[in-house]
Amino acid sequence: MSETLSTIIEILQDLHEDVDFESEDKLIDRKILDSFDIVTLISELSNEFDITIPADKIIPENFNSAQALANMVEELEDE
Amino acid sequence: MLFTDSIFIIGLTVLFIVYFLIPKRFRWMLLLIGSIGFYAYSGPWNLIYIFVTALSTFLITNRIAHMAQKAKDEVSAHKSEWSRDEKKAFKEKAKKKRFRWLVLCLLLNFGMLAVIKYGAFTMHNINTVIGWFGGSKTLPVHRFLLPMGMSFYLFQTMGYAIDVYREKYDAEKNFAKLTLFVSFFPQLIQGPISRYDDLSKGLYAGNGFEPKRVMLGIQRILWGYFKKVALADRVMPAVTALISNTDEHQGMYVLLGILYYSLRIYADFTGGIDITIGIGQVLGIPIAENFQRPFFSKNITEYWRRWHITLGTWFKDYLFYPVSVCQPMLKLSKWSRDKLGKTVGKYLPVYISTIAVWFVTGLWHGAAWNFIVWGLMNAVVILISERLTPLYTKFHKKHAWSNTRAYDGFMALRTTFLMGLLRMFDCYLDVPLTFKMFGTMFYKWNPQVLWNGSLMQLGLTKADYIVLGVGVLMLFTASMLGRRGSVRSRLYDHSKLLSCCLTIALLMIVVIFGAYGIGYDSSQFIYNQF
Repeated sequence: MSETLSTIIEILQDLHEDVDFESEDKLIDRKILDSFDIVTLISELSNEFDITIPADKIIPENFNSAQALANMVEELEDE
Repeated sequence: MLFTDSIFIIGLTVLFIVYFLIPKRFRWMLLLIGSIGFYAYSGPWNLIYIFVTALSTFLITNRIAHMAQKAKDEVSAHKSEWSRDEKKAFKEKAKKKRFRWLVLCLLLNFGMLAVIKYGAFTMHNINTVIGWFGGSKTLPVHRFLLPMGMSFYLFQTMGYAIDVYREKYDAEKNFAKLTLFVSFFPQLIQGPISRYDDLSKGLYAGNGFEPKRVMLGIQRILWGYFKKVALADRVMPAVTALISNTDEHQGMYVLLGILYYSLRIYADFTGGIDITIGIGQVLGIPIAENFQRPFFSKNITEYWRRWHITLGTWFKDYLFYPVSVCQPMLKLSKWSRDKLGKTVGKYLPVYISTIAVWFVTGLWHGAAWNFIVWGLMNAVVILISERLTPLYTKFHKKHAWSNTRAYDGFMALRTTFLMGLLRMFDCYLDVPLTFKMFGTMFYKWNPQVLWNGSLMQLGLTKADYIVLGVGVLMLFTASMLGRRGSVRSRLYDHSKLLSCCLTIALLMIVVIFGAYGIGYDSSQFIYNQF
């Protein structure tokens, strides 16, 4: 597991401790994360990884799983 | 023009027939002519505003799309020469230029709305403040007539412009086609606020005649008319009586008002949307659903995911997220983390954005303080619920009975009542009066009005109450049956004859139970005023 992914799982666990974020891949589709969680998550990710997540990146594909979030963060870090 | 006007019904029937008779490639043009005709009938001057919106959006979005393509070409042309930082700097500069064009588009269009819808309200408030400080001079207050559906088509079109800027899809190159997207007539009265990528394909395709789809569409239209003319219009005299004589109609009458107005707005708004979606279905144009059994919601957040869905998602995608994740907000979050602690820093952006969005949602509904207070009250309830979530979770874990269907039913009733209560701001149209009327529910004890014949003094007869009671039962049954997919679709697959009988039965119900009477004049759709 990459360092980015484990940090993201830690942040997600802080939001919902009863969800298995390592395997869950429908966080948005199953309404596990709501808009409050998403904004809190973005604030945490921006703070943790020193990145800017623009509003147009807030689409289900980027937020449905911890892995998808990690991919987005790594992509934004590379930009 | 209303959906209930005879000229609309005749025009729609003619349009349906001609649509399927002409070649497919001309069908979208017929819709454009129909939409312009429909809009012109509501007031020819309205066409000027919608034309300005369509033209400015067409020109600017094409400019933005052209600039984006040019920037991409430039980057690939210098792929080997430029460093990563140089590419990044170039992209950012190009994006900023495109953003300026987007801002121009938003300012121009929302500026029109601001002047027409909010100009008088703003001036009136400024004059009030001047008065507080003893000033004698006042600013002139000009009231403009709000063009029909402006809040709906403007939001839909600006959503499209933002999506083009975000490169979600390419700009529409055909001005006439974009004008059709902006002005598609079934949506002009009260939405829904569609997305370009969802609506445009069906709109321009020129769909063929498919009997099942047409039959289900007609049934949906008739179901919508039933809600509007048999329920919403029927209960309206009682709502009017309750809010127009507030000295007499206090205590239990306020509770009745909540009940009647909830029924009225639900039947009116969902009925209108059923007609819109049904028209789309007949024409083969999928239109976004705007409701998902809202009165079955267990909490207010869920309610707002199920009521006026397209407005909620519009605000979420184009206001809530951008405001929540913008740089100043993230800086504020960082600052508050350092100064006020981790928890405050974490939640501050989302709380500020929620309040901002609900303030604007209130304002969207109307240029008056009662709508703003209504919006802010929603924000307060949502934020309190959010803070209490850990307590609710503990409660549900501790008490098994709170996870039963009966408790779910209680929560749905509680949410429906709470939303009905807040909606009274929109009904009484006066903030202090609304609070006063809420107060009377606690000190004015008059339950006898339920059985001493007072209910018959509200403009409703015994027959009206029977129709309303049966109607509500029908709405509830339809909602329950619809949970596992469309019953009407299954009925059609099972027997076309039975489906045909259902259509005739619906038509008869609309004709027989519509609140017509002598000198009948169907009321305006509530959401058409927003």
